[in-house]
Amino acid sequence: MLWGVLQFPGSCDERDALHACGLTGEARLVWHEDRDLGGVDAIVIPGGFSYGDYLRAGAIARFSPAMESVAELAAGGGPVLGICNGFQVLCEAGLLPGALLLNDDLRFVCRQVELIAGGDPSSPPADRAAARSPFLAGIEAGERLSIPVKHGEGRYWAPPAILDEIEANGQIAFRYAAGQNPNGSARDIAGVLNKAGNVLGLMPHPEHAVDALTGSTDGLRLFEGAERSPA
Amino acid sequence: MMPAAEQRPEYEVLGLTSAEYESICEKLGREPNGVELAMFSLLWSEHCAYKHSRKLLGRLPTEGERVVMGPGENAGAVDIGNGHAVAFKVESHNHPSAVEPFQGAATGVGGILRDVFALGARPIAVLDSLRFGELDSIRSRHLLDGAVRGIGHYGNSIGVPTVGGEIYFEAPYEHNCLVNAMCVGLAKQAEMVRAAAAGVGNAVVLMGASTGRDGIGGASVLASAELGEGDDEKRPTVQIGDPFEESKLMECCLELLQRGLLVSLQDLGAAGLTSSAGEMASAGGVGIDIDVARVPLREADMEPFEIMISESQERMLGVVEPARVPEVLAVCERWQTGAAEIGAVTDGGHVRVLRGEEVVGDVPVEALVDGCPLYDLDPAEPEGWLYGNADVLAERVMTATGGVGDPADPSAILLALLASPSVASKRWAFEQYDSIVGSRTARERVGDGAAPTVSDCSDAAVLAIPEADNAIAVSIDGNGRRVACDPHAGAVEAVLECAQNLACAGAEPLGLTNCLNFGNPEKPAPAWQLDQAVTGLAEACAALGVPVVGGNVSLYNEGPDGPIYPTPVVGMVGELPDPARIAGSGFAREGDAVALLGPFSPSLAGSELAKLRGELSPGLPKPDIGAVAAACAAVRDAVRSGRLSSAHDVSDGGLGCALAESAIGGRLGCRIDLSPLVDRGLSAEQALFGEGTGGFVLSGDRAALESLATEDVEILVLGEAGGEAIEIAAGEAQVSATLKQAERAWRSLPERFELGS
Amino acid sequence: MARVRVLIRPKEGILDPQGKAVERALPALGFERIEHVRVGRMVELEAEDADRVPELCEKLLANPLIEDFEIESLDGA
Repeated sequence: MLWGVLQFPGSCDERDALHACGLTGEARLVWHEDRDLGGVDAIVIPGGFSYGDYLRAGAIARFSPAMESVAELAAGGGPVLGICNGFQVLCEAGLLPGALLLNDDLRFVCRQVELIAGGDPSSPPADRAAARSPFLAGIEAGERLSIPVKHGEGRYWAPPAILDEIEANGQIAFRYAAGQNPNGSARDIAGVLNKAGNVLGLMPHPEHAVDALTGSTDGLRLFEGAERSPA
Repeated sequence: MMPAAEQRPEYEVLGLTSAEYESICEKLGREPNGVELAMFSLLWSEHCAYKHSRKLLGRLPTEGERVVMGPGENAGAVDIGNGHAVAFKVESHNHPSAVEPFQGAATGVGGILRDVFALGARPIAVLDSLRFGELDSIRSRHLLDGAVRGIGHYGNSIGVPTVGGEIYFEAPYEHNCLVNAMCVGLAKQAEMVRAAAAGVGNAVVLMGASTGRDGIGGASVLASAELGEGDDEKRPTVQIGDPFEESKLMECCLELLQRGLLVSLQDLGAAGLTSSAGEMASAGGVGIDIDVARVPLREADMEPFEIMISESQERMLGVVEPARVPEVLAVCERWQTGAAEIGAVTDGGHVRVLRGEEVVGDVPVEALVDGCPLYDLDPAEPEGWLYGNADVLAERVMTATGGVGDPADPSAILLALLASPSVASKRWAFEQYDSIVGSRTARERVGDGAAPTVSDCSDAAVLAIPEADNAIAVSIDGNGRRVACDPHAGAVEAVLECAQNLACAGAEPLGLTNCLNFGNPEKPAPAWQLDQAVTGLAEACAALGVPVVGGNVSLYNEGPDGPIYPTPVVGMVGELPDPARIAGSGFAREGDAVALLGPFSPSLAGSELAKLRGELSPGLPKPDIGAVAAACAAVRDAVRSGRLSSAHDVSDGGLGCALAESAIGGRLGCRIDLSPLVDRGLSAEQALFGEGTGGFVLSGDRAALESLATEDVEILVLGEAGGEAIEIAAGEAQVSATLKQAERAWRSLPERFELGS
Repeated sequence: MARVRVLIRPKEGILDPQGKAVERALPALGFERIEHVRVGRMVELEAEDADRVPELCEKLLANPLIEDFEIESLDGA
C-alpha cells in the first residue's frame, strides 16, 4: 500500500509517520499545496503545530488544497489517519465529529498511556464502525495498547447527544484506561472514527510506538491493520 | 529615540567606560555618530565581547582529532562517523528570564537552535540547565513555572525533543535565575557551512521574521550590568519568540544548505544585524554593506540605529552568489518565510550602514569586532563562606515524613533528602516537554513490564543515530554550591560528573560545551571564582582528552544579596556503538548483586545534607581525575558488553539517594550493607549521605560485577536488589524505607509546592 | 473599508480551564467577588464587504461547535 503523509508548515511528526508507514508499506510526503495526492492509497495527517496552531489548532491547515483531495479520498472509503494535530484538522474539516480543546490542567503533557480499543464490545459487530475500520483490523475490542501522548490541546469534546450517537455507532476507536486520561477528554475518549470507519482520528501517537528502543511496538498494529484490510 | 543623555554622557548610559569611548574615537580617528555608537556599545558589551573572560578562555583545550568545528563558529561539532557530525552548544539567557521567564526561556531555546542550524546541522535535541531560588519563594515558583512553560512552548512547537536537563533551587539564585539552553544537531559534514562571509560582490540576504523594536539595548543594558531595583522598566526590551516562524526558517535554511545555495550563514542573536554582519565580515577578512532601507520592518518609523541593533527573533543572515539570489528567494517563498537582499560583501574591511544612497555609519570591522579592550581580572580569594546558611533539616524531615520523623534518624534524613527540591524527581517539568519527536530518544524499560518511559532518574539521554549506525549520549551538569565551596575542585567535578553520566550510558566523551555563569568580574571574589573554575575546567578536559568546542559566558549575575554561586554548566556529548545495549538506571532483577564501583571518597563538605543543616563552608576534597577516568572506562565497557542490569552515578544526596533512586526507578528494593566503607573510618552519615566524584552504583550478576575489579578500579559488592523496601546498614545506623515512602518523597515536588495550573 | 471587531467566546457549558485559572488566581491578588470568568479571542479586521464577515466567522474565525461569536462595527454604524 502507498501511504501519503501530509506536510504543513509547522508539522513536527511527519518524518516519524513516514518511517512508521514505511515499516508496513511504501510511503511518501505530500506537500499541503498539492491537490494531487500522487496516487496514494491511504493518508496520514501527522502531529505537530501546523500553522503554529494559530487561531485554533488545525483551523488553517484544514483549508489547504491537499485536504480537499483527502476529503475526496475519505468519501470514497480510503483510509485516513489523523494523529494529534491531524485529529484536530479532521474535526475542523468536519470529517470527524467533535472538537479538541485545551487540556483541563492547561499544561502540555508527554507521557506513555494505556488505551483500550474498540468501544463497546457488547454491541453487535455489524453495527460497529470499529469493527469495519481498517485501522482496528486485528485489534480486539477491549484490547489494551501502550502508546504515548504529547499535546496541550487534546481534550475531546462533543455535545452529549453527539457523544451518545457515536458511542451507539461504535465510533469510539480508543479510550484512555481508567485513571490515565491525560487531558479531561469527555468519556475518556482518545480516538474517534467516522461512521464508515475508514477515517480515524486519535490524540495518542502510534507512530511513536513502532520500535522497542524508543518505546512500545503497539502502534504498529494500526498501520499493519490498514495494510491488511481490503480496500 | 536615543536614551536621554541626562547628566551622564551618552556612551556611559549605553554601558561604555570613558576609556573605551576614547579607544573608539582613536580607532575611528573621530567621534562616532549615533548609529556607530549604538553598534559599538553592543559589540563592546561584556555579553558580545567577553572582555573579562576572553583571556581566561584561552586556557581551555579546544583541539582533538574528532573536532570538526571549534570555538569561534556558531556552534562546535565533532565527527560521529559515516560522514556525519554532531553539532552542539550551550548558551545562557539569564537576565531576560529573570525579567520575563516564559519569553526569556523560550527565546533562549530559539537562539541556541539557530546557532546549531546555522552550521547546517538539523537540531535533534535540546537540554536545559535551570537554577532558581528556594521553592518557598513565590517569585521562584513563578520563574520556574514560566521557564518550564517557555521551554516547552518553543521546543515542542518546533518539533525538537527536550531530552534532558537539570533544575537546582538555591537561595543565591533568588534574584538571578539561570536559564542555560543546550542544543544538539546532526549534519552531513559535506553540507556544513561556516560563518565567514566570503566573495567580494556577493549578496547579503536577510531571512526570516521582520525587524521590530524587540530587545533594543538588550545586550548592553541587561547582560552587562547587575539587576537592581526598577528592572520592570527593562520589560520592553525583552524579545518575543515565535517557534512557528523559526520552524519555517529552519526548514528553509537546511534546504538552502543542502542545495548548496549559501556561501555562509549566521544567526542573528544578541546585537542583531550589527553582530551578525560584523562577525561574518571579521571571520572572512572582508567588509560588508548593509542598507537599512531594504530591511523588512514590523514598524514603519524605525531609525537606522534601531534597525542595526534590534534583537527581533527568528532571523538569519546569509551570503549568496548574486546569480543564485533568485533561487534563494524562491525557496524562502515556498517555506513562507521572509527574505530580502539587504547588502553586499565588500573589500576594504569596513561595516557600512546605508540608508538608500546615504551612508549613515561606517566603522572598521576589526575595531568593531576585535578592537574591544580585554581586561585582566583582579582576583582575590574571599575569606570564609560568602553565602549564608540556614538550618532547615528538622523542618524538612517533618514535611517528608508527615510529621513523625526524627532529624537524628537516618531513615528520616534519607526521605528529607529525596524530597529536597534539588534532589527530587523533576518529572513534573519534563512531562511538559515533548521528549520523543524525531524517534531517536531511547527509553528505559522498567523491570516489571510497565510501559517504557523516559526515566526521571536517567543519567544521560541517549539518541539513536542510524545515519552513522551508532548513537550518542548527552548530559548537562553543574553544581554551583560545590563550586562555591572550592571553584577549582568544583569545576573539575562538573566535568567528571558529565563523563560519569555518559559512562552509565556506555558512551565515550567526544566533546564539551560550557556556560560560565558568574557574578561581577570587576569584584575580587567572583573574579577569583571565575579564574579558579576555568583552571579546573581546563585541567579536567585536558586530563580526560575532551576538547571544548564552544560555549558561552554570562557575568554580572549579582543581586542585592551578592553574587550567585559560581556556576560553570557543562554539556558533554559522547558516542556509543549500540543503543539497544544500554543498561537502565533502575534495578532490574530480583537477586541481582548491587555494587559500588570507583574511587568514591564521600565527604559531607558541600553536600545537600550540609546545606539542609546550614553547615556549608569553603573546602572540598580534591578529585582524583585519573582514577575517575579509569572507573568511567570500566563502567562504559561493562555497559557495552551487556553484563550489567543497571548503572547509576552517585551525585546529589550521596550513596543513600543513588541507591534509593535506582530502587524507585526499577520498582525494586534493595538490602545493602555499607560496612566496607564504615570500616575505612567513615561515619555512618558520611557513608550514607556524603558526596563526591567517582562513585557508580551498579547491579547485575555477582560474578560479573566482581570481574570488573582491576588494579586501577575498585569494586565493592554491598548487597542485593529485591523486595519492596530500601534497607541500608551503615555500622550502627540503619536506614529503612518502603519503596512507596521513598517514591512519595522523591516525587513530591508538584504537590508540596502546588505546581499545578 | 468597514472596520470590524469579532469577539469569540467558548460556548456556555464547555469547561473553560483558562477562565477557571484566571478566576482562581484573583483572590490572591486582592480581587474578591469576581466570578464567571470566560477567556476568549478577539479578531479585528477591515473588510470591503462587511456582509461577508458573518460567513468568515462561521467558516474560519470561530468553530461554531464550541464557540459563539459576536461582530461589532468599529465605524459607529
